[in-house]
Order: sequence, then C-alpha cells, then structure tokens
Amino acid sequence: MSISVQIHKQLRAAERTFRLDISFSSASNRIVLHGPSGSGKSLTMKAIAGLMTPDSGKVVLNERTLFDQESHTNLRPQERNVAYLFQDYALFPHLNVAQNIAFGLRRGCFNLRRPASHPAVQRWLQAFELEATAHSYPAQISGGQRQRVALARALVSQPDILLLDEPFAALDPSLRTHMRRELDDLQQQTGVPMLIITHDPADVEAFGEAVYEVRDGTIRQQL
Amino acid sequence: MQSFWIPLLLSLKVAGWATVINLFLGVTAAFGLSRWRSSWRDLIDSILTLPLVLPPTVLGYYLLVLFGKRGPLGAWLAQYGIELVFTWQGAVIASTVVAFPLVLKSARSAFEQVDHQLENAARVLGVSEAGVFFRVSLPLAARGITAGVLLAFARALGEFGATLMIAGNLPGRTQTLSVAIYEAVQAGDDNTATALVLITSATCVAVLLIAGRLMPGQLRRSDLS
Repeated sequence: MSISVQIHKQLRAAERTFRLDISFSSASNRIVLHGPSGSGKSLTMKAIAGLMTPDSGKVVLNERTLFDQESHTNLRPQERNVAYLFQDYALFPHLNVAQNIAFGLRRGCFNLRRPASHPAVQRWLQAFELEATAHSYPAQISGGQRQRVALARALVSQPDILLLDEPFAALDPSLRTHMRRELDDLQQQTGVPMLIITHDPADVEAFGEAVYEVRDGTIRQQL
Repeated sequence: MQSFWIPLLLSLKVAGWATVINLFLGVTAAFGLSRWRSSWRDLIDSILTLPLVLPPTVLGYYLLVLFGKRGPLGAWLAQYGIELVFTWQGAVIASTVVAFPLVLKSARSAFEQVDHQLENAARVLGVSEAGVFFRVSLPLAARGITAGVLLAFARALGEFGATLMIAGNLPGRTQTLSVAIYEAVQAGDDNTATALVLITSATCVAVLLIAGRLMPGQLRRSDLS
C-alpha cells in the first residue's frame, strides 16, 4: 500500500480561521495520525474519503489519483474505494445488522434481499460472532457489537484502505483494550491497510508503524 | 333526502388525488429545499408556504385567473380539450394547492433531521446518490413525511373556499361534502346538514384510525434509535 497526501484548506468560522496544511506519504499498512481534537485529523481523513474538498493539493492512493487540484481530478466518495469507520459508527438505525453489513454490496436504489444468506455477509457475521444478532437493530446491540458491525460493513466491499476515526473513543475502557486487540488481529489476518486518527497514546502504541503528530493543522513530526 | 354517497365519494376521490400529487410534489420540493444552499431558498420556501396563510378565496381567485378560459394555463390546456373550471379535476387542483404546504413543511423538517453522517457513510460505501436517497434519507424521513401526508389528506377533505371558486357547486359533479353542507345550511335544510356533518366527522376519524393502523412496522422501528 502506498498513500501520499498533500492538502491545503482554509476554513473560516466566525472570527476564527483555521489553516489545514497536511503533507505526508507512507508505504506502511498501519498509519496513525496522532494529535489533540481540533488539530485537523478528521478533516484530513474526510479529504481522503472525498467528504471534504481541499482548496489545493493532491491525494494519491496506490498510484491512483483521488484528488488533484491542478488536473481538476476529484473522484466522488463512491469512486474512491476507501472504507470509513466513523467515530460513532454511523450504523443505519432502520436496518438490521445483516442489512447494515450488506449495504455496500448493492449500489443502486434497493437493499440486498435476504442479506443474511449472502456469502460475504455470512463470512463477516461469523468472523465477528454476530450470527445471533443478524436480525437485531443497531439500537438493540452492545457498543462492542456495534463496532464490529461497522467494521464488517466497511470491509465487506474490500476497500483499498480502512480509515478509522477515533475507533475506540465510544467504548468504555475495559472493552477498549479488548477491541484494540481484536482490530490488531483483524489487520494482521486480512492485511487491509489502515489509517487511524486518535488522541489516545495507547492506540499509537498498538498500531503505530508510521506515526505522524498533528498539531494546529500541520504535521509536526514523524515518529 | 338526497344520497349522501355522491358528495362523500367525490370528496374522497378529490382528496385522494390531491394527496397522491402532493406526496410526489411535496417530497421532491422538500428534499430539494433541504439540500439547496442558496440565499434564494428562504424566499422560495415562503412562496411555497403561502397557501397555508392566504385565505382560500384568494387562492381560488389566483387559480381562476391562471386556469380560466382566458388565463395563460387555461388557454393552453383548452387547446388539448382540457378544462379545469367547474370540473372535479379543478377541485383536485384547489385541494392540492391548499394542502401542499403541510407536506412540504413536515417533509422538509424530516429531511433536515436526517443525520448527514449516515448519508456520507452510504456514499463512502459506494452507493449512488439515488441509492442514498431511497435507502437512507427517505426511510429515515418517512415518519415525518407520513404525518404531513395525513394532515394534507385531512385538509384536502375539508377544502371549501378555493374549491367553491374554481369547481363551483354542481351537485353530483363538483359538489364535495363541505360544499354540500354549506348549500344545505343556506337552504335551511338542517336535517341534511346535520347528517352530512356527522358523516364528515366520522369519515375523518375513520381515516385517522386506518392511517394509524397502516403505518408499516419498518417505520416504527426507526424510533428505536
């Protein structure tokens, strides 16, 4: 995996302006952007996923240009083949666990019929021990299960990279250690490249192969 | 004593059509307005909400000017042999216009309450914009839209002023329940008036009860979150 990010963006809110000026490139499968909240980590992730358009710069993933202001390239989020694990998971509350996991397997106007019997969905239901909850709704399952569903939903369409936004922040501390180990195992088994943003030093310790320190909208140092 | 069935069925037919038309128009306009970033948005929203505050007679007058024989739309439609003044289709137009803001308002606020993060999650998963609408935005807004559509149906069922002006009061052809009640009272026929009033009230209660039952389980589940 190789990723190269060079983005600039100026944001104005009331009397405050925020300058995002991020530049890094890495061939590691485990990249961590570490820094306090409000430092621009989430914006960087959104720019990679195509949910935010930078003013200028370039984003290249595996030699595929996702965004290049100079050549007016700006792939839509749908075309980028990245997976995004939102901080609060963003599970669809009106769909059950199996339907949530199967969501990306159909790109048109209808949900997959009988998702629980689709082989890819079955595989992930099994891998995360979610079979018993396949027909439950997100509001009916535990925090750890919710994260597993979100991970399964993200991985089912075989993305080029998995973007994780503060993946353990919504969990209570005892579960956090457990899920951290689970994600670690998952990454080693599947080999899916990950980019994690976090303010938690424990995440840096567990996943940091290539660690970048983000402060006030720029990369301060590479560890 | 005249048959009560004729004005009742006509009222249901007119309100039914007006509701179906408003479901499409109202939801489309509401979704557009909830996503459109422009300073014109509030002005357009105000204009589309006008039927809620304007007296129905004013609306009826506008409709007559538009759809009358010499009106711009009326003259154009007449070329194709379509006439709306003094027809039940005219009553549908009147009811549609009067009830439109009820669908627009509820649907717009329902769409605005949908968490944008869920829509973005669907986009990142590769789902097309149409898919995001039909699989995320619309089902999550369905409750609010249903509430607006029910109100619109009830409003259309009771429409009087604008209907009277554009469709008139032709028994058996354009005489809806509320117009028939007005005529019965004017003629001093208290028995007919009482009967029609009771029928109208019972119909509205029945409509609300049926609508409550028809609400699909899928929509109820969205309450869980």
